Parts: sequence; C-alpha cells; structure tokens
Amino acid sequence: MAGVWVYAEVKDGAVKKVAYEILGAAKKMAEQKGEPLCAVMIGKDVEGLAPGLGAYGAEKVYVIQGDSFARYTTGAFTKALCDLVKQEQPSILLFGASINGKDLSARASGRLGVGLATDCTEIGLDEAGNLKVKRPMFAGKVYAEVVFSDRKPQMASVRPNVLGLPEADESRKAEVVKVDVQVGPDDIGLEVVDFVEVGGGKIDLTEAEIIVSGGRGMKGAENFKILEELAEVLGGVVGASRAAVDAGWRPQSDQVGQSGKVVSPNLYIACGISGAIQHLAGMGTSKVIVAINKDPEAPIFKKADYGVVDDLFKVVPALTEEVRKLKAQS
Amino acid sequence: MDILVCLKQVPDTEADIRPTSDMTAIDYTGVKFIVNVYDEYAVEEALRVREKVGGKVTIVSLGPDRAVEAIRTALAMGADEAVHLNDPALLDGDAYTTARALAKAIEGMSYDLIFCGKQAIDDDLAQVGSILGELLGLQTVTGIMKFELVDDGKKARVHRQVEGGMDVLEVPLPAIFTATKGLNEPRYPSLPGIMKAKKKPLKTVSLGDLGLSEEEVGAKGALTKVVRYSLPPMRQAGTIIEGETPEEKASKLAKALREEVKVI
Ligand SMILES: Cc1cc2nc3c(=O)[nH]c(=O)nc-3n(C[C@H](O)[C@H](O)[C@H](O)COP(=O)(O)OP(=O)(O)OC[C@H]3O[C@@H](n4cnc5c(N)ncnc54)[C@H](O)[C@@H]3O)c2cc1C
Ligand SMILES: Nc1ncnc2c1ncn2[C@@H]1O[C@H](COP(=O)(O)O)[C@@H](O)[C@H]1O
Repeated sequence: MAGVWVYAEVKDGAVKKVAYEILGAAKKMAEQKGEPLCAVMIGKDVEGLAPGLGAYGAEKVYVIQGDSFARYTTGAFTKALCDLVKQEQPSILLFGASINGKDLSARASGRLGVGLATDCTEIGLDEAGNLKVKRPMFAGKVYAEVVFSDRKPQMASVRPNVLGLPEADESRKAEVVKVDVQVGPDDIGLEVVDFVEVGGGKIDLTEAEIIVSGGRGMKGAENFKILEELAEVLGGVVGASRAAVDAGWRPQSDQVGQSGKVVSPNLYIACGISGAIQHLAGMGTSKVIVAINKDPEAPIFKKADYGVVDDLFKVVPALTEEVRKLKAQS
Repeated sequence: MDILVCLKQVPDTEADIRPTSDMTAIDYTGVKFIVNVYDEYAVEEALRVREKVGGKVTIVSLGPDRAVEAIRTALAMGADEAVHLNDPALLDGDAYTTARALAKAIEGMSYDLIFCGKQAIDDDLAQVGSILGELLGLQTVTGIMKFELVDDGKKARVHRQVEGGMDVLEVPLPAIFTATKGLNEPRYPSLPGIMKAKKKPLKTVSLGDLGLSEEEVGAKGALTKVVRYSLPPMRQAGTIIEGETPEEKASKLAKALREEVKVI
C-alpha cells in the first residue's frame, strides 16, 4: 500500500487554505511516484467538506468524525490519525504548519517512529522517490535540505502562504471514505474546560495575506486605531513588534518575530518598527515589504521593497485614504 | 514536587549563522551561546512552582561540553541540580533521537512535572516535547501561556495558545508542558545565585549510562538528515518613495503597490 497523503485541517467549519497549497505540490509528487493522492480529515462533522478537496487533486479523502473530535485534542487526533496510517501505510504524510498541525505531526512522529521536518518552504522528491524538503533553521538565517530514513510515512509540515494556491477544478470530486475510530478518555488524557477568544475572531496572522504591523513608534495602544483602519481597507490584519506587545499595547497573539509568529503574507507593512533581527526572522519571507519609519537609518529599510521616510502618523492615514480611493475606482 | 526542565544550549539570537564552506554543516566559530529562549520560560515556571509548593527543580540537557554554561545559567537562576547528557555519539541527531536519549535519562529519575520549551531556536523543530511525551507515555501540552496547579497538585490547569485564542485545559500530572512567550518573565541569575551554582550537583551521563546503542541515537540513529545548507536569497533594499509631503508619498506608495507589485 502507498499514497501521498495530506492532513486537511478543518477550522471553524472550513478547510485551512494551507491544505490546498500542499495538495498542489503533493499532486506532482503523487504523479511522479505513481501513487494516489489522498487527504485525511478529522472533526465533529466534516464529511461535507471532503468531496471538495477533489478540486485540488485529492482522489480519496479519509474522514474521521464524531463528537470526540469536536475540539482539537492531541490525544484524540493522534490516535485517529495514527491508527489509520498504520492500516493504510502511506509513503508520505504532509501537514500544514499551523499550531495544531505542528502539535499533531510531532506527536504522530513520536508514535509512528518516523522522521518529521517542521515548517518547510519547499517539498519534493529525490531521484529515488523519497521525500526531500527545504526548511529554514536559525530563524531563517540558513536553509537546510532535509532527507529522510526509509521509515514510512516520511513526514513534513509546510509553512502557510509559501507554496501558493493551485488552480481548482471544481468539477472534480474526491471519493469519501468514512473511517470509524473510537477514542476514549484515556486516549485524550486531559479535559478541555474552556476556550478564551483573543483578537475578536480575526484571521490568524500566519494565514493573512496582508499584515499592517506597528512597533514602539506607535507610542500607545490607542494609536493602533490608524493601523486597524488601514488594515481594514486593505482586507488585512494588524500585527505588532515585540516592543509593542511587551508594552501591553497588543495581545501576545499579535507578535511577529522569533519569539512570536512567523508570517509570510503577500504584503507586510511595518510602521514604526526598526527592523531588529528577531523581528525580521518573523516576516523576512513576506512577498512585498513596506517600511514606514521616520529614521532613514532604520535597518528595516534594508529589507523593505518600498520605504517611506516620514512620520507614520501622517503617512498611514494618508495611505488609508489613497487605498480607499484606488479601491473605489476599480 | 519533583520538576524536570529539558534545556538546550543554542546560538544567541543575534549570532551570525553561516554554513561551512562545503555547505554540509554550520560553522560555529565565534558564535556566542545562550539558554534556548523558550527554555528560559520553562525554567522560570519550574522555579515558580517550586516556590509555591516546595520540591526540587532538575535541569536535563543533551549537548556537547559547552552546554555546561547554559546548565550553570539555569542553576544560577535557582534550579537545584542538573543532568548533562554528554557523549559524542548523542550529537548531530534529530528531534527523535534527542527525545529518545532524554526519555531514557528521565525514566530513571523521579518526576511529577516536566517543562520543555516550545521550540529550540536553532533547529526550530518544535518536536522534542511531543515525542518525549509519546516515549514516556505522558500527555504533552504544547505552547502554554499560563500554568497553575489545581486539585492539590494532582492536576495542572493551563492556557494553550491556539489560533484565535486560548484552550483552557486540565491535565492530570505527571505531564509535559512546553513553554511559550507570555507564560512568565524569566528572572536573571543573581550574583549569589551564580556563586551557588558552581557548587550545585551536575551529573554527566554517557551513552553507556543510558543503555542505548550508537545506532539508536545521534547522527546514526536520526530519522532525518540535513544534506545541505544554503543561505536565504538576499533581500535587496528597495525603493525609497520620495515626495514633498507625507500625502504625496502615500499616494505614490499606494500606486506602486497596485500597479508595480499588484498586491492591493
Ligand atoms: C530572544 C529575543 C527574542 C525576540 N523576539 C522578538 C520578536 O519575536 N519580535 C520582535 O518584534 N522583536 C523581538 N525581539 C526584540 C527585538 O530585538 C527589538 O527589541 C524589537 O523588535 C524592537 O521593536 P520596535 O522595532 O517596535 O521598537 P524600536 O526598535 O524602538 O523601533 C521603533 C521605531 O519606530 C520609529 N518611529 C518612532 N516614532 C515614529 C513616527 N512617529 N513615525 C515613524 N517612525 C517612528 C523609530 O525610528 C524606530 O525605528 C526579541 C529580542 C530577543 C532578545
Ligand atoms: N538537546 C536537548 N537537550 C535538552 N532539551 C532539549 C534538547 N533539544 C530540545 N530540547 C527540549 O525540547 C524543546 C523543543 O526543541 P525542538 O523540538 O528541537 O525545537 C526545547 O525547547 C527543549 O526544552
């Protein structure tokens, strides 16, 4: 038995975009290997989402659903996934490098005793058809090409927003295979007592296509309003430097950088951020970087595709207006 | 309460990291090393738990001779003892072989609670805590931002950072928790702390002591292997938008984003 598999994470009733991105790359791998491209979905009631993965090339989608999977728990999801993997023996298994994707893949690598590369930015095969990946290390200061031992499945998690979204062929539907997995309290081993929302349900920075970030130059929590407004007209979300988070102006979940989140949006606008190495570590793979800073010597300008040397409190509102005008024209 | 902290020594976040000329290894000459940033949060939380309920904090670290400095730093922060897994055969492994060696060492120790960091900032794998849990038969909760003992210390109630918020979990002990930023503010080692650290027990453990074979650990046992390193593509400094007024600059910027790079 064989197959190139993608774990398709479901969040808030939708498949995470990174799963489609991975399917695009995995399809080529499956073709090269002459093996089927399959997906796995786990959740409370996710069956309805499964056929749609066919549009991105999945031939078969294994669906594991039930009340035990209403909330992500490491124990329940690892058991469900690993039991299925042991039975079907795919040769490659890929995950999105989301928080839960990383958690699940790491635990599964321990249970299955197989190699795992985290947060890859390139995935492919070597001449022998084994998984070969490229991934950043040392916060992106170097990249490593990683190969795997013969133990299958060879596993990797893939950074969101890096591979690009493949064309969808909506006429193609995947075959749905329902898998019955029973998990008990012993498998879960802990109790989920609550969920505390942070950030008012905005999309996560790691998946955002446009991010407007503020740093110490914002001078206070209330001033982030101008970034919220710019983000809104752009259809993006607001992020922050560590200085802004540590000052208590923004929640920890907004922090971009080495000790925060690693993001790679299409557009990253840094406002009042100097560009310390630990901040660059978190946003250096953004496609287009804009820096707005009044200090022409700020290191951020060395990494920015476009720089504006001026007072952000004047530039940002003006930019919001300009974007609004441009959007109104089209 | 017996608390263990798995701690790794890693290059400083400011360090210039370059591959060797043949691109098959990292050149560490001149690099300054520190306690892994996330492991500092782990040490701090362990100390806070001990300060509340009493007990002992033991550092467990796998690494070469130089890792002793990081271990001493944790002892100077206030940890009681340390175990250093130091054997050439243990080095250059992956998350799996590291977790396997740590698990073997930990099996022979007494513990009620284990803290790790969310991720080592050199390999950036975020795996060891989870694999360790699997090998020891313990739950691992990754990326916690809040920790408190409940139920007379039989359980921990933690906040786990997830997208959009925080899962609140109650976990029977013993269990493993990996620390992320936001959990606490790590203390600095005090001068008396640094003096005392020199006399604290530090046990060195070799491959033979662990009862593992060379094939099971380090480079030989690893399930993944780096075959080549490369430097990231250099980002070129781009265009500085010129203009008389902030409004003019904003207008030019908006146009460039729309027409040149088409991202808005
Ligand atoms: C282990 C470790 C981990 C770290 N992790 C992170 C991390 O994850 N993320 C992170 O961001 N940092 C991190 N840091 C901190 C990092 O080193 C910097 O201290 C931090 O990024 C600085 O934030 P900043 O750019 O907002 O502030 P500053 O460096 O103070 O820069 C503020 C900038 O605002 C500009 N400015 C001020 N007023 C205006 C105005 N009116 N208009 C325009 N510009 C203005 C100034 O010119 C200046 O360049 C970490 C540090 C360490 C040691
Ligand atoms: N060599 C090591 N010695 C002790 N603990 C380690 C070692 N490597 C990793 N860890 C622990 O596992 C966490 C995650 O590491 P990693 O999976 O390598 O990103 C670290 O923050 C440490 O707590």
